[in-house]
Amino acid sequence: MCFEAKPLLKLALAPVLMLLSLSAAAAGGEPNQINMSPGATEVGRQIYDLHMIILWICVVIGIGVFGVMFYSIIYHRKSRGVTPATFHESTKVEILWTVVPFIILIGMAVPATSTLIDIYDNDDAELDVLVTGYQWKWKYEYLDENGENVSFFSNLRTPQSEIYNTADKGEHYLLEVDEPLVLPAGTKVRFLITANDVIHSWWVPELAVKKDAIPGFINETWTRTDQEGIYRGQCAELCGKDHGFMPIVVHVVSKEEYGQWLGEKQAAAAEIKELMAQTFTLDELMERGKAVYERNCLACHGASGEGGVGTAIAGSAIATGDLDGHLDVGINGVPGTAMQAFGAQLNDVDMAAVITYQRNAFGNNMGDAVQPIDVYNHKKG
Amino acid sequence: MGDHHHGPAKGLSRWLFTTNHKDIGTMYLWFAFAMFLLGGFFAMVIRAELFQPGMQLVEPAFFNQMTTMHGLVMVFGAIMPSFVGLANWLIPMMIGAPDMALPRMNNWSFWILPPAFLLLASTLFMEGGAPAFGWTFYAPLSTTYAPPSVTFFIFCIHILGLSSIMGSINIIATVMNMRAPGMTYMKMPLFVWTWLITAFLLVAVMPVLAGAVTMMLMDVHFGTSFFSAAGGGDPVLFQHVFWFFGHPEVYIIILPAFGVVSQIIPAFSRKPLFGYDSMVYATASIAFLSFIVWAHHMYTVGIPVAGELFFMYATMLIAVPTGVKVFNWVTTMWRGALSFETPMLFSIGFLVLFTLGGFTGLMLSIAPADFQYHDSYFVVAHFHYVMVAGAVFSMTAAVYFWLPKWCGRMYNESMGKTHFWISFIGFNLTFFPQHFVGLAGMPRRIPDYALQFADFNMMSSIGAFIYGASQLLFLYNVIATIVAGKPVSDEKVWDGAEGLEWTVPTPAPYHTFEVPPRIDPAHAHS
Amino acid sequence: MLRISDNPALDTSAKLVVVAIAMFAFVFVVMVPLYDVLCDALGINGKTAGEAYTSVEAGVDESREVTIQFIATNNEGMPWEFRPQVTMMKVNPGAVNDTVFYARNPLPQAMVAQAIPSVSPARAAAYFHKTECFCFNQQPLEGLGDAQMPLQFIVDQDLPADIGTITLSYTIFDVTDMAAEALASR
Repeated sequence: MCFEAKPLLKLALAPVLMLLSLSAAAAGGEPNQINMSPGATEVGRQIYDLHMIILWICVVIGIGVFGVMFYSIIYHRKSRGVTPATFHESTKVEILWTVVPFIILIGMAVPATSTLIDIYDNDDAELDVLVTGYQWKWKYEYLDENGENVSFFSNLRTPQSEIYNTADKGEHYLLEVDEPLVLPAGTKVRFLITANDVIHSWWVPELAVKKDAIPGFINETWTRTDQEGIYRGQCAELCGKDHGFMPIVVHVVSKEEYGQWLGEKQAAAAEIKELMAQTFTLDELMERGKAVYERNCLACHGASGEGGVGTAIAGSAIATGDLDGHLDVGINGVPGTAMQAFGAQLNDVDMAAVITYQRNAFGNNMGDAVQPIDVYNHKKG
Repeated sequence: MGDHHHGPAKGLSRWLFTTNHKDIGTMYLWFAFAMFLLGGFFAMVIRAELFQPGMQLVEPAFFNQMTTMHGLVMVFGAIMPSFVGLANWLIPMMIGAPDMALPRMNNWSFWILPPAFLLLASTLFMEGGAPAFGWTFYAPLSTTYAPPSVTFFIFCIHILGLSSIMGSINIIATVMNMRAPGMTYMKMPLFVWTWLITAFLLVAVMPVLAGAVTMMLMDVHFGTSFFSAAGGGDPVLFQHVFWFFGHPEVYIIILPAFGVVSQIIPAFSRKPLFGYDSMVYATASIAFLSFIVWAHHMYTVGIPVAGELFFMYATMLIAVPTGVKVFNWVTTMWRGALSFETPMLFSIGFLVLFTLGGFTGLMLSIAPADFQYHDSYFVVAHFHYVMVAGAVFSMTAAVYFWLPKWCGRMYNESMGKTHFWISFIGFNLTFFPQHFVGLAGMPRRIPDYALQFADFNMMSSIGAFIYGASQLLFLYNVIATIVAGKPVSDEKVWDGAEGLEWTVPTPAPYHTFEVPPRIDPAHAHS
Repeated sequence: MLRISDNPALDTSAKLVVVAIAMFAFVFVVMVPLYDVLCDALGINGKTAGEAYTSVEAGVDESREVTIQFIATNNEGMPWEFRPQVTMMKVNPGAVNDTVFYARNPLPQAMVAQAIPSVSPARAAAYFHKTECFCFNQQPLEGLGDAQMPLQFIVDQDLPADIGTITLSYTIFDVTDMAAEALASR
């Protein structure tokens, strides 16, 4: 990006702008946004109002304090030949400026307390979503009364080529995922938040939600918005190497659309079950496997299996060796390395496809078409 | 001079074996400056990578090592030792003592520091890299998921904790036992007061930090589960222990800075400090409050609402004593006869920018709003306003203020003023836009960012390079002063300066106050 | 005042050394246990008691129904299949309820697991009593073995009226190494 004059000017005027633009609260996610966005929720609006009240109080106090200081700097300079005063205390004034701030603080604490209590009011949610932080992606699970839970992983979709500057960066660079969280509008959604490995933090500014995901323990928070749209956020707690690369995307849609989407998801899950019973040709598996590879493996193993963070797949002993061994690595991972267990993340069809792909792409030529049933049997032992 | 009044020994052994508070102070200051440059170099790497979106210079894993090492080196290597150095130089001279109470321990507390930081720096070259879990090293990222170098990191923390504790004990013992006759507590210069309180904080909380890293060590190597849920522990416990240390630590860094500006502002206002007594009480209340606010760093971990409210109210309270201090400084300037030499410029810079940092601190104390601010660049901006514009600016002011006394030579005033203005502009260009990106939703500690944050990040990086470069000017100015500055012989150096340290000859002789001075009971505090 | 040394500076220092050592000990003997006590009392992190609840119950509140959700999470590197047999139950406060979690070890070697419970909302934790739980002990499974792991619980009648849903989450950790070390050291 070239450096424009506009932002420089904006910076020069920043304090003024910051105050002026307060009324025109931005919708968030805009370039050069300089203030908090009230976002799309009632709680977000309350937080924004609190933020603004305190900011204004600080501005007023600041003008007072700095006003006095700059008055002294201008008029009480030695170079003007003034004689310094000798006073060095005044009990009255000192009590005054202890008590007045205290009263102001009480004034701030009242709305802050009520907003906080709202934030903690998790009851009566109509939808529960379990959010699990992984190094370095999110998993969402819709908790269903009948046990028909829908769950999926949400990975960064931005390709490595954009990150490493070999391709132009897209509009939502680093804030795009392969599968967004879909929520119905006008519904109180409760998030149950936990983590699989280290502490993460699930933050979507526009939904006014930030809560730490702690391995072994569960946290909860909630949101409700009437505004349909796409909301983006990021992990907010340092969680290792790719902390900056695990975004959150939330699509808020109408209740009807949500119902339809959920139905499709459940149908897809049922379809996967059906597919598991099927036998695929090598070509079918290769096509599906390529897509799965690009989503899940490419970041570490490279676009042509050349390796990177992970070992090379092209010509590797595992991918060109015994199928059971290969399945084992894919399903259970390699403990102590960055290679995770994908057994729970990928369904058996996708696992079969990606293993097939790895065994038959990048110059590997094993010729075997791994079937979902093979994966199932391997998992079963 | 009697026979036992030697000057300094010659050569290397002078520095290795010295027990002289001035020598040790000098070593602390140079060591801190070296660490400041090292930590600054890490910051430059960070800002260079963040100059544009996309990964250009370093890998994400190395970026995390840079942010971690930057924080550790700046907090423990630069800021803390620099104020200990200042304390060593000044406290005996300010209270009319011949030296520190425990001169030999003083030597050790300095000399264990360089090896500790050498060890820490060497982890950069180890397999698995340096610590990459942030200077707050939250478990389990710093235990189960840590690089092997974590063991060396823990060892380093232990050593520097020991050094800090020894240094603090020494300061307390000196202040409590070695004041000149007539130097009552309420006559002590405010710098001595703030350091006395700081030293008590250090003795209280450095062992807590040591406890935290000891638990980490046991979790990593001896199979305990303090911070692992699997064995019945809890990663959140780590955060409680860490911040029980960490919040007082923040005041450990800033209180001596308060002390410094409380000496400098009256000197250049040519008027006594306003509200000395309330300054002392405010310092003590800040120190007390620092023990009951730690969980405001953890509003989002899922603390019960009652706990959240308690920590919010307690945190907001800190604004009262802090406000008292700011009002006192401004009132000290009021109707004074001000002049604006470099130390005064840096002190005014401190006053303005620290107050801004205080405002954002007040905003952050509001728990519901903190759900949006937490772990965003808004926090980064906030604590750099307090740490850099607070602690580092005041430290810089202190060097310009007392350097002529220490070496008997005057620094180059116009170069000093240039240093101030470049620093001031560079600093604000770096950190002011970070408020914006933080409010707009940019998380901290990320090596790459969305396009909407690009312009402000570029400004921030440019500002950082400017601020970084200005420190080289500072280094040059200090060296040029020591080597070839214009000699000063006036004891007071500054016409408005008050205090015992200004009554000894300039440059300050190797030994001072071997015969305790008498303090006139009618004379107010300095 | 107690004097440790006649040299006043040494005396002050010695006292401060004692303070520093005391603060170090404070972390281990006060902060850690106190945190656990507070967690139990306030339900921080939704922690529940690690031992069976053994109080006599006074009748069932038929007029009230509370929804209990069950969640199972595998910690990193834990390959077991682990899930609740029933994901949701409606229970009456005071009643004794039974449910079962299913676990299967897909690997050929024997493993040991530890399940860590966490209740949400956290303030409900103090009212959620487990009389029998697989989480009280480490759970071994033979290679390729599976098990039905029982859980018996009572929701306290004093559960605050505004809590309508309680979520009980179990995270299962692989503690095979820890268990082996414990065995070896025995």
